[in-house]
Amino acid sequence: MYVAVKGGEAAIANAHRLLADRRRGDRSLPSITIEQVVEQLGLAVDRVMAEASLYDPALAALAVRQARGDMIEAIFILRAYRTTLPRFGYSEPVDTATMKVERRVSATYKDLPGGQLLGPTFDYTHRLLDPSLIADEAVAEPAAKEPGEHVMRVSDILDGEGLIEGDGRMPEGHVMGDLTREPMEFPMARDLRLQALARGDEGFLLALAYSTQRGYGRTHPFVGEVRIGEVEVELDLPELGFAVSLGLIRVTECQMVNQFKGSAKQPPQFTRGYGLVFGQSERKAMSMSLVDRALRTDEFSEDIVAPAQDQEFVISHADNVQATGFVEHLKLPHYVDFQAELDLVRRMRREYEAARAGGEDGMKEAAE
Amino acid sequence: MDATQKHEALPDPAAERREGMRLLARATLAELAGAWEAITDSPDVAPVRGPETGLVMVRGRIGGGGDAFNLGEATVSRATVRLASGEIGHGQMLGTDKERARFAAIFDALFQTERHRPAVEALHRLIAARIEAEDRRKAEETAATRVDFFTMVRGDD
Repeated sequence: MYVAVKGGEAAIANAHRLLADRRRGDRSLPSITIEQVVEQLGLAVDRVMAEASLYDPALAALAVRQARGDMIEAIFILRAYRTTLPRFGYSEPVDTATMKVERRVSATYKDLPGGQLLGPTFDYTHRLLDPSLIADEAVAEPAAKEPGEHVMRVSDILDGEGLIEGDGRMPEGHVMGDLTREPMEFPMARDLRLQALARGDEGFLLALAYSTQRGYGRTHPFVGEVRIGEVEVELDLPELGFAVSLGLIRVTECQMVNQFKGSAKQPPQFTRGYGLVFGQSERKAMSMSLVDRALRTDEFSEDIVAPAQDQEFVISHADNVQATGFVEHLKLPHYVDFQAELDLVRRMRREYEAARAGGEDGMKEAAE
Repeated sequence: MDATQKHEALPDPAAERREGMRLLARATLAELAGAWEAITDSPDVAPVRGPETGLVMVRGRIGGGGDAFNLGEATVSRATVRLASGEIGHGQMLGTDKERARFAAIFDALFQTERHRPAVEALHRLIAARIEAEDRRKAEETAATRVDFFTMVRGDD
């Protein structure tokens, strides 16, 4: 028998009204503006854009504010928003070699063309709470120096000697996949895996990347380079017959260089993992590159012995919108399911008690 | 890359228009509105498409220079307009600001008219100068964070 249950409308309306109140907080304090979130909580905005897989700082900041700073809720809201918009097309691939670099460091070469550019980094700070921020003291203007030479890609330096595998090529005739258009299938090609990793949860990818370092699918990594900066997005206009610039987006790129592989056909050379993420997030880009390399088991005939190498495990669980949806749905009404389980366990208990009363043999049977 | 080759092969008028569109995509609303107000004999403009906001799937390349993959989407606003004299203009840029897209389309159309081209070129120069100054400042700030390595020389006695 199906029993329809209604009710709760007034409670839901009042709960949302209460949420709005708590979101606003103490009315004697000024309300935070979208511009303030973009300018002063920029890395939170970047994370929301990356994992929502939608680049728009103003909308991401709105989502952060609406979600009261709950990042996964903000990502969920922005991901949902994108489904309301039509798709105009696919951009030309962004060219990270011509990036307007704001930070670039390499752990493999000390002196390299373009140099080590630290940019606005948390590295080398002492991670001590800074009371001067409470007092909102004046902040000095940044120092300035004459810019140096073009910031050359580290992979190009190694490539000159033939000691590293080239930038990734898909098999001949491969058609680029799009996760937003087709359901997931395994085994999944590298281009689709990269799309999934680029929007994957930072914490999940960080943990998997860490696991490879601790020996669960070791890849012997070096950071060839991490670079952060703006790249131009170009869209082909069929009406005009050429591609036009739509403006700039900030991305973080990580070129991970991993220990060599060789075969009868190929001399030993370094292998690579690649990370590319919306916004400024080198933790995410580095994690992505480590996991990308770990997942390339089929290309290097490696045994799958660790979670980070198992593409079905990694890709199926990397999306935090999906993950939170399934975990959090458990709190929604399961009254009927639970009633059925309750009836079942009551019946089992009755049988158990009856068997126990009937003697030791019966009890043994029930336990089996 | 094929994109670059395509651009190099463009005849000059198309290359100029393309460069103009690149600048208009980065124009502020104040720059666009100011330039529009400065045009005294502005022609009638009819909308052809939009302005509307949608998505473009931004692609990257595996390893930075390999085959393409889908990185994620970006919001884009675009508009197409027709001037009373017949010229069609397209405006498109990142973000959700439809008003800027409409202005960009108008200036793309005006760029094709003999009469208004100088005004549009002046706007292009204004935007280019601002972008150049911003890029210059950012590059200098980044350059100041470059590490100068020095080697500790052991004393020779």
